[in-house]
Amino acid sequence: MTIEGPNHVKPEYRIPLTEVLWQLADDDLVIAFRASEWLGLAPHIEADVAFASIAQDEMGHATMYFELLEALGEGSRDDLAHLRPSAERRNAVLLEIPNGSGSYLHEPHFDWAFTVCRHYLYDVFEALRLEALTQSSYLPLRQVAQKAIREEVYHLAHQELWLRQLAEHSKLTRARLVDGLSQAMSWAGDLTWAAPWQAAFEEFSLVPGYRALQQRWRDAIDRKFREWGLPLLKAEMPLNGRDGRHTRHLDDVLSTLSEVYRLDPTAKW
Amino acid sequence: MQPKLSATVMKERVMTALAGVSDPEIPTISIVDLGMVEDVRVHEAPTRVEVDLVPTFLGCPALAMISQRAMTAIRTQLGLSSDQVRVVFSTRSAWDTTRIHPQGRDRLKAFGMAPPPKVSASEFVAGQTSVACPFCGSEDTKLENIFGPTACRAMFYCRRCRNPFEAIKPV
Repeated sequence: MTIEGPNHVKPEYRIPLTEVLWQLADDDLVIAFRASEWLGLAPHIEADVAFASIAQDEMGHATMYFELLEALGEGSRDDLAHLRPSAERRNAVLLEIPNGSGSYLHEPHFDWAFTVCRHYLYDVFEALRLEALTQSSYLPLRQVAQKAIREEVYHLAHQELWLRQLAEHSKLTRARLVDGLSQAMSWAGDLTWAAPWQAAFEEFSLVPGYRALQQRWRDAIDRKFREWGLPLLKAEMPLNGRDGRHTRHLDDVLSTLSEVYRLDPTAKW
Repeated sequence: MQPKLSATVMKERVMTALAGVSDPEIPTISIVDLGMVEDVRVHEAPTRVEVDLVPTFLGCPALAMISQRAMTAIRTQLGLSSDQVRVVFSTRSAWDTTRIHPQGRDRLKAFGMAPPPKVSASEFVAGQTSVACPFCGSEDTKLENIFGPTACRAMFYCRRCRNPFEAIKPV
């Protein structure tokens, strides 16, 4: 089944379609913001360069998803990115957690190990989700996925490299990595959470095999964690971002991100 | 008022105009060389030109500048007003590095940048390819970082001439 574009969308298809687009757009927007906060601060020049590209790629992907929502009449892409309150956001909570204590402009004591783990957990999931989306029934989404998946190969490779290095380098790096991983896993539950109402993602072939993604993600990370001798921790879900429940950190992200836009929506960059 | 042009001549002129639109960061290479021109449609009466471009990387900040430059080049070349020309980015087909024309690959090298190796991204990140140094031609090079100064480039080091260099990474 293929739905060619916005004009062919029926009401029963529209609801799950917009829901999957909110998740995709909000995930990438928030992770792009967190990645951008490493600019000038990453512990290694090559990681700094890498995070600049990663932030840019993810922001580009978020833009594409917001454009698909705009085409469905949900509002302008900039308004959707900047003005929706946190209760309407569908990103996984893991992605909004700060990089560490302090802030970008004031005493940024960021946690590199946590960041690498967070990105790794997300990138593994994103690769599986995009692979499924390359078979999506919604043609415009399929086309974006086919493009984005090629760029994501590099993100995952970079995080794998860092995880392995931190796991194998010394007792200290390993201890910090395990600490970062347990922090990340203490929030990671909603990343792959498949609510009953999300059965529609499969029913309409929006995200084929959606409910199996959770197990496939688990298998993929466990395989690597075993290889690197890392603990296999449970993915906890203190809050469910897919249901619009977030930490106050998301409000901080949105207030920084949309500061200029709220001041002057007509400002040109 | 300019004389009316036939569709064939219009299309040729549009392509000439686009061949003169360079990548803002790699001035030796045009968007035609890069394989970014997906479709050109012309209408004789009323005169109208529509161009579909494909983005190289979705988050590339140069995209807006590129479409703006393409628009200006076409208007100048054909003497058209802004409402007669439409340039849009389309994701109907996914750009990949095999779309770069042979001439484009040569022009990248001339600029001091290695053209993308003809392998998949997975093979590339696994280091299963050799990339020739654009300065001395040696294959004795090392992948230093799969990320570079822009989203589309990776960093290499040439052991022979001891120069760092950039390569377009395969996608």
